[in-house]
Order: sequence, then structure tokens, then C-alpha cells
Amino acid sequence: MIAIIDYGVGNLMNVYNALKKLDMDAVITGDKKVIDNASAIVLPGVGAFKDAMDHLVEHDLVETIKDNASKGKYLLGICLGMQMLFDKSYEDGQWEGLGLLEGEIVRFGDGLKVPHMGWNELHINKPHPLIKDIRDGEYVYFVHSYHLDPKYFDDVLLYTDYGVKVPAVVCKDNVMGMQFHPEKSSDTGIKLLQNFKELIK
Amino acid sequence: MLTKRIIPCLDVDKGRVVKGKKFQGIKDVADPVELGKFYSDQCADELVFYDITASHEDRDIFIHIVEDVARNINIPFTIGGGIRSVEDFRKVLLAGADKVSVNSAAVVNPQLIKQAALRFGSQCVVLSIDAKRNQKGSWDVYVKGGRENTGIDAIEWAKEGQRLGAGEICINSIDTDGVKQGFDLELNETLSSLLTIPIIASGGAGNMQHFSDVLNCGADAALAASVFHYKEIAIADLKEFLHKENLPVRRCL
Repeated sequence: MIAIIDYGVGNLMNVYNALKKLDMDAVITGDKKVIDNASAIVLPGVGAFKDAMDHLVEHDLVETIKDNASKGKYLLGICLGMQMLFDKSYEDGQWEGLGLLEGEIVRFGDGLKVPHMGWNELHINKPHPLIKDIRDGEYVYFVHSYHLDPKYFDDVLLYTDYGVKVPAVVCKDNVMGMQFHPEKSSDTGIKLLQNFKELIK
Repeated sequence: MLTKRIIPCLDVDKGRVVKGKKFQGIKDVADPVELGKFYSDQCADELVFYDITASHEDRDIFIHIVEDVARNINIPFTIGGGIRSVEDFRKVLLAGADKVSVNSAAVVNPQLIKQAALRFGSQCVVLSIDAKRNQKGSWDVYVKGGRENTGIDAIEWAKEGQRLGAGEICINSIDTDGVKQGFDLELNETLSSLLTIPIIASGGAGNMQHFSDVLNCGADAALAASVFHYKEIAIADLKEFLHKENLPVRRCL
């Protein structure tokens, strides 16, 4: 059973529906016991970094997520949920993230329209089961104003170009993230979630 | 490369899409989910569902439509029409919408943009502006479905919308809307050069070249209704055309 973490931000139904469609047994929960017993964790997120981290703290879920990740349980962060896996964000200040992966979340440079909004091409940086059957040049739907500046580009499986190389899918051991919305990225998004399903089996 | 977006707009009244001719290969053209799926399969980049229901009671039907669309279609979609408060934003976002478009209500209360952006993030706040040329060579903002001139300068209002936290501007030209002679290129070019958030051009699409023209002059996306609903242009064909015009688009492969 997959725990989609409910910490009081945004709509989680779209992610839930996408997993259900792939016959994945998912539950939306903020209950530590349920999360501890889950076979994998999905951390969604929309809105502002600080606000989302504050909500995780208020729901007393920071340690739960960290503990489960350190035990080797698969954890997938989506959009802001991916950004929160990293050390630090510079979105309207400086805020600490979960620190499960190394890197910082920074603003796009000048001269670009922000948010980076729409369908952009994926490029392969490193093969991995999570990105199985994804071809260079497939499109997914992005919407974000800040992007990951990773400490190790080796943690990046797929990236896209928007002024800089923008990490799109990251993975280090059991911790993984997608900057775009797989649940809104048509067939390519479904394929990635299907790969996630295979991986956590 | 980030692609230019093509967005069909579906007007919904009492839970049914209001439109014209019959489509082949689609059973119920007036069903928002069926038609939305049809466009999604043609590689539409996003969808807009516009609630034109007049009565308050019927608005609940619309929320169910939003939920239904969210369950069945996996491309982003925007909800517009009758959004007046942060609570209205919350309802449609919880039902599964990705973005919410505000128009008249934001003119009456610009803080609505800011409040919604702070609460739900800029990415989901689309400021929709109905603009009409005046005799001074600029554009005025109209409200109430284009019936009332506010006297507000449309360019200034778009800039203010961006400052307040809108993540996108949908600019609808009243002059070109329904005329099918092309989008207002000057308006789109002006806005695009002055703003740092994406622009959606709306009003005036008559043929494929019109899309190419407006996307070439700075618009990030182009929205249309009747050319798609009346099958004058198939989105898959339009994407191929734009690709041949060297515009970055997500093609149906």
C-alpha cells in the first residue's frame, strides 16, 4: 500500500486517481502509523515552499518521512514535494527542506518567463528503471518558478532545458522526485508512474 | 524547448458543453468529459472549462463536472466563470482543477488575485482580461461579458495583475473576438514584451496562420473555441502546421 501524504496543502485527489488507475493500492493519509506501514510514500506538494514545510512540521511528519526514507522505503516527491526533499530553498527567503538529497532550490534567472509553465522536452542524463521506456524528447507538463540546483548532477535522471538544465526526475537510492506533474503529463506521465509501480513491487 | 500551447475553451451550461456541429468518433459531444478527452487525444495542451451557468443552484452541477474531468483526463485544465472569492478558488481546486481564471471579480477586488496567489500559489491564478481598443491607441478593460467599459488601461491592469501574483494572463480582444480575422497581434506583442509571466492570446482565431502569427509575436499560448468546436481546425493538424512554421509545439506522434 502506498501512502500519499496529506499535510493540509492542496488537492491530492489527482495523484490518488492516477495511482488508482494503474491499480496501485493507495491511501491519502497524515497518520504516522499508516505511513510507517506503507510499502512506499508519495509526497505531493503545491504552493510555496515555506508554507508547505510549515504544514509538514505542524502535522509532525518531518521525522516520520525522514525515518522511513532512511530505512530504505521508496519515497517519491512530486513538484514542490520533490523540492522539499532537498537541503534548502531560496523561495522568498531561505528555508530548510528535508535534507534527504543534496542541492538547493533557486529562482530561474532573468530574461525568462516565470513560472516555467507548459510542456517541455525531457532529456536523458542517466538510465534507471524509473525512466524505463522514456525516449529523449518526450514531453511533460511543468509549472514552477524555482528549480533544483543539484549538488551532484549524477542524481538527475532526466532534465529539461529552460535557461539552464532543469532537473526533471531525480533519484538517489530509494529517494526520488519529479519536478513536473506526472499525473497531468498524459501518456509519458503515466509511463513514469507505471515504472514507479514496477520499482516498488 | 518549452512549447507553445494550444488551448480549446469549452463553455459549459448546466453540465453540458454548448457548441455546434457533430463530431465523428465521439458519442456525446455535449459531455464535457467526452469532448475534453477528444481534444486531449488530439494533443491539446490544456483545456479551459468556462461555466456560463446563470443560476446559483446549477453551480453544484459544475463542481461535479470538474471532479469528473479531473478523474478522466490527465492534462491540465483551467476553470473559469463565476469565480468571485478565495472560497470559490478552493472549491474548484479541491475538485481537481489545476488553474482558476478570474475576470470581473478581480477588477472589483484586485486583492482577490493576491489572496488566491498567497493561499494556493501563483501557478493556479490566471487573470483573464477582456480588452477593447479605444481612440487613444490603447486598450480599455471591459467587464460583465464585455458590456461595460471600466476605463482602466488594459496594459496597466495586466502589469498590476502580475504584481499582485497572477501566474498567467489570458488576454481576450473584444475587437477581434468572433470575427475570425486573427488575434490582436499588437496587443499580444505589447503585453508579452512588458510582462514576465506567460500570456494566453484569445479571440480572433479563424485559420491556422492566425495561430502562427500570434505565437510568433510573443504569446505563449493561444486559446480558441469555435474553430475547434465547429471542426474548422483539428488540433493535431494545427500542431503539424505550427511545427512546419518552426514553432516549438508538442506534436501528436
